[in-house]
Amino acid sequence: MKILKICSIILSTLFVSSFAIASDMKVGFIMVGPLDDHGWNYQHSVGIKAINEAFGDKVETIYQENVPEGPDAERVMTQMVLSGADMIFATSFGHMDPVINVAKKFPDVKFEHATGFKTADNVSTYSARFYEGRSVIGHIAGKVTKSNKIGYVASYPIPEVVRGINSAYLAAKAANPDVEFKVIWIFTWFDPAKEADAAKTLIQQGADVIMQHVDSSAIMTVAEEAGVFAYGQASDMSEFGPNAHLTAIINGWGPYYVKRVKEAMDGTWKGKQETFDGIGDGMVIIGKMSDKIPASVRKEAQDLADSIASGDIHPFTGPINKQDGSPWLADGEEADIGTLLGMNFYVEGIEGDIPQ
Amino acid sequence: MDFSDINFSLLIASLIVAATPILLAALGELVAEKSGVLNLGVEGMMIFGAISGFIITIETKNPWLGFLCSSIGGILLASIFAVVTQIFRANQVASGLALTLFGLGFSALLGQSYTGLKPVSFPDMHIPILADIPVIGIILFQHDFIVYFSIFAVFLVYYLFRKSHFGLIIKAVGENHDSAHALGYNVILIRFFTILLGGALAGLGGGYLSLVRVPQWTEGMTAGAGWIALALVVFASWQPFRLLIGAYIFGGITLLQLNLQALGLEINVALLSMSPYLVTIGVLVFMSARRNKNSLEAPKSLGKTFFGL
Repeated sequence: MKILKICSIILSTLFVSSFAIASDMKVGFIMVGPLDDHGWNYQHSVGIKAINEAFGDKVETIYQENVPEGPDAERVMTQMVLSGADMIFATSFGHMDPVINVAKKFPDVKFEHATGFKTADNVSTYSARFYEGRSVIGHIAGKVTKSNKIGYVASYPIPEVVRGINSAYLAAKAANPDVEFKVIWIFTWFDPAKEADAAKTLIQQGADVIMQHVDSSAIMTVAEEAGVFAYGQASDMSEFGPNAHLTAIINGWGPYYVKRVKEAMDGTWKGKQETFDGIGDGMVIIGKMSDKIPASVRKEAQDLADSIASGDIHPFTGPINKQDGSPWLADGEEADIGTLLGMNFYVEGIEGDIPQ
Repeated sequence: MDFSDINFSLLIASLIVAATPILLAALGELVAEKSGVLNLGVEGMMIFGAISGFIITIETKNPWLGFLCSSIGGILLASIFAVVTQIFRANQVASGLALTLFGLGFSALLGQSYTGLKPVSFPDMHIPILADIPVIGIILFQHDFIVYFSIFAVFLVYYLFRKSHFGLIIKAVGENHDSAHALGYNVILIRFFTILLGGALAGLGGGYLSLVRVPQWTEGMTAGAGWIALALVVFASWQPFRLLIGAYIFGGITLLQLNLQALGLEINVALLSMSPYLVTIGVLVFMSARRNKNSLEAPKSLGKTFFGL
């Protein structure tokens, strides 16, 4: 046993030192789930690949999967820093406080946190305007639904998710005034069985288009079996439901990751930045649209995506009332970023409560 | 709000499906615990069964073979536990936890090239005549084989412990392994058997998850079902029929709260989400409260290592 231990220590030192010589920079990633979830986490791994391709041996990337949202994340990030990481990307909302805590302890290390709202001198946040994509798929949903019931499987009641529901609803309602949304909150990002149960429930209640803001591909599989439609979440999921898959909102992290790592190497990286990019910047990509969508609707959806990208259309443009009927945006007024980032209310027409 | 959106016979039918994986796993654990073995590796055995069954179903296109292999997968993992705890006399709690970690990791490794594939669907068995009865037909007689098997297994376990000689021996081993040993029973052999049976049922439950309920392979897809199964055994106070009720209540409330949410009901959703756990525990505790003390207690030798005399 002792010999083994000594060997492993020698080996690991060798590895660490050889890497230290080989690369200028070490970048660490922590993921909330498995890398091959074909969803949220998978797209971050695509971003890691983009870094590797852009910098080759100059940058070493390391990652840790299945890092829970909580104190455990602190331990993992601390370990990464101690093993020489110069920059850390934390890729889930709930890694927020751990990032801030660890960043305090290591002021020289650069931290990037996805979808959060807390920054520091060495912490920047980045997020995508997913609601722009949700507007496009909401439009498609409004057009293809026959039952006029659209199901929505939501994870946690955080602004990002609420924003997505509102955006999709407004677009669907504009496309089809009779449309009705059924929202189920399942309080997890990743639980295939629970996601499948929620989707089945929505289908049993008559929904024929299912949207999701949870990470696994279970909903797509269920939709395929039941003969209804669904959308890929974060990645293209058509392999799970060739007939059910309408299109996907794909997260494009690669360009941002490469840019930020480059800045870190050049010394131009800054903390306290809050990046919030959308379709126009390539951080949100509308996937390939299925033949099951009528050609005219495909064109409308593409036009909508293009107009959002160019800035001609903002998915939240008044007149919009809040759920209780009180006015939010006047005619022609566009939502300000502060309200969007903290959004905690439904727009008028959506039934049910947002769990607080 | 329109309650007519909820189809109650479909709801009950799907709660039975939703509860089947935990029912099977919990039933296996119940038998193991009755013999005095606390195996915390249920989650690991389930997920290993899920991937074993999934791989075989994809490769052979035969879900029956898949289910067989998910059981065998569960047995394989359980046999590690059995060897470690019964022959090498390791601590059961630690070994069980290790088994869960190992099962989660090893299944992720095996499953790497199996994400994104779809297994051959497992046919429902519509029981002739009975399946056509309105309402009850949909609820009870249009399920697949594994659902019928899980209910049958509950009866079997009940019979085992209530009416059979072998069941008495298992209980004797679980209550006091030294006495059972003194009476000439082979404690280790009997525990080997119950551990492997537990593994087979947990594996089958896992296979049901990846082959029917979801149906696909995703890393970590059991997402805590094994732990719920473990808790159910305790709350059902080691009684098979209570276990059945507990599992169905758990599945039922889970689905009911999803249905209520989809209706847009003005109820606190966080409360709804924890209701399956609360209600299940509440009901089982209430049922236990009326029994006499002896029938509630855990097997006396539960979790203890048998050293022989």
